[in-house]
Amino acid sequence: MHALIDTKHPLIAKIGVVLIGVALAVLPFALAGIGTAWVRITNLAVLYVLLSLGLNIVVGFAGLLDLGYIAFYAVGAYVYALLASPHFDLHWPFWAILPIGALVACMFGVLLGTPTLKLRGDYLAIVTLGFGEIIRIFLNNLSQPINITNGPQGITLIDPFRFGTFSFAKTETVAGLTFTGPIKYYYLLVVVMLVVIVINLRLQNSRIGRAWEAIREDEIAARSMGINTRNMKLLAFAMGASFGGVAGGMFSAIQGFISPESFVLVESVNILAMVVLGGMGNIWGVILGALLLSFVPEVLRYTVGPAQQAMFGRTLIDPEVIRMLLFGITLVAMMLFRPAGILPSALRKRELETVRA
Amino acid sequence: MSASQTSTPPPSAPDLLVGHGIAKRFGGVQALSGVDFSIRQGEIYGLIGPNGAGKTSLFNVLTGIYPTDGGEFTFEGATLSGLKPHEVAARGIARTFQNIRLFANLSALENVMIGRHVRTHASVFGAVFRNARTRAEEREIEKRGYALLEYVGVARRANDLARHLAYGDQRKLEIARALATDPRLLALDEPAAGMNATETAALRALLENIRRDGTTILLIEHDMKLVMNLCDRVLVLDYGKKIAEGPAAVVQKDPKVIAAYLGGDVELDAARV
Repeated sequence: MHALIDTKHPLIAKIGVVLIGVALAVLPFALAGIGTAWVRITNLAVLYVLLSLGLNIVVGFAGLLDLGYIAFYAVGAYVYALLASPHFDLHWPFWAILPIGALVACMFGVLLGTPTLKLRGDYLAIVTLGFGEIIRIFLNNLSQPINITNGPQGITLIDPFRFGTFSFAKTETVAGLTFTGPIKYYYLLVVVMLVVIVINLRLQNSRIGRAWEAIREDEIAARSMGINTRNMKLLAFAMGASFGGVAGGMFSAIQGFISPESFVLVESVNILAMVVLGGMGNIWGVILGALLLSFVPEVLRYTVGPAQQAMFGRTLIDPEVIRMLLFGITLVAMMLFRPAGILPSALRKRELETVRA
Repeated sequence: MSASQTSTPPPSAPDLLVGHGIAKRFGGVQALSGVDFSIRQGEIYGLIGPNGAGKTSLFNVLTGIYPTDGGEFTFEGATLSGLKPHEVAARGIARTFQNIRLFANLSALENVMIGRHVRTHASVFGAVFRNARTRAEEREIEKRGYALLEYVGVARRANDLARHLAYGDQRKLEIARALATDPRLLALDEPAAGMNATETAALRALLENIRRDGTTILLIEHDMKLVMNLCDRVLVLDYGKKIAEGPAAVVQKDPKVIAAYLGGDVELDAARV
């Protein structure tokens, strides 16, 4: 946790960490008070945080515009679903499958990265978009001649995470607190999220992260300074993809059902929007962007309809329309006032105590 | 005034970089044709010529950005043929760019720290687990980066974005970033472009320091006063061909060089003088 603590004010930072920790621990019970649906929504939001952080490595750090990121999520999800469901009658434990899913997604990341090494910007975006669609179409059609993915029907009855007799799907009561399935998953997701945040912070502030940022800023200069841009780009694709793969595996287990419909282009765009809205390259900004774009539509869904009912006695405007309207206005406002995102990538100041002392 | 004021290497110094028959063609333009030259260890070697003579092209084929169409570079006795830019940098050739190419949205210090990439080793696992070796390496990178900023004189801007630095400081920062790769040969593409007389004098002192500290310098420059004062030997290119190579004072008087710079008509007059 060293990387999370601001060394200038150790005490305030420690108090802050404790407060955030307590808030994260209490949150699911508060949400469960409103409705279990909100715990599920929060779980999905955390999954989106994981995906955004993964995509941020590719787009924010290395500057490679990827419009097919959802494909890695799909790969992770299907790896889990195929190895832990009645479809092939395999029921491997989750702790074995998640690393496999990360590895397979990582391989797909390299598979996408290799032919696109010389592409940048718009051209790279088009190829990655195509890649995302190819994966989805494969998943849709690989039910024949051998039924691998079960096509558009998707895969059902996917195993929840289980640890011996402890299942993440069952409700248990411990010391008077009711731990429902979603609440248990919530804690697991938060732990994974914290691990991913620490990995991201440490990567960014390392020789590897600096090399990625150098490629983003000026590829020719980066190569001339001795950075092996091919390997570094592939590494960015691979790392981003494996985070997507892990998130996909968890999605699979939490939902219990997946189909190609969950992995459409709009999802890739959505994750990219989270990264861009929050602030490309800034880990905290990306997290904020993911949380905003996950929660705001849900809040609207639950408030816009009832509010109109109360005011006019009927629903005049569909919540979906309001959402698109808000997104459109936000997009224009962001372009005008904060083109680098809500929390733009900040200059990292170094104290240089080691040098001056 | 003469180059002998500075620590000129003896003429017997071994060759560091030898170019033999270097050729490069861009479509119908022969940017370089059969250029031969050699740079001795410890030298400040000038590369001059009119605009479009092929100076920057020579830099680009030397550093592996473009493949050569013929000829071969030999650096410290080993060929550079077929090497990628990052491999050339690893061999010990670092460069700056005519149109400054800093990592604009990173701090000055981070720019120099990126230069250390090629001499450091931390992997993804080292970066994620921050083991003792990685931490020590990180400290070393930061310390070295700061020392280099002090060396070129932009340490007070260490935490400013590279793009916020004054033009002259950006040029110096580019040199610091190149020095961070521990080069044996530092190739500078018009480092004095856009500098005033004071800044150019400071640059000259900096380059002399760099040479004294053991780095050989290859210098493209249009400021003739700087070239003549600083360079031990000079290579003159015109239309991609070598027209002269030798000590600055000699090359300066070469009628072919004068003609290339002032136009063909002057050739006869210059030859007569």
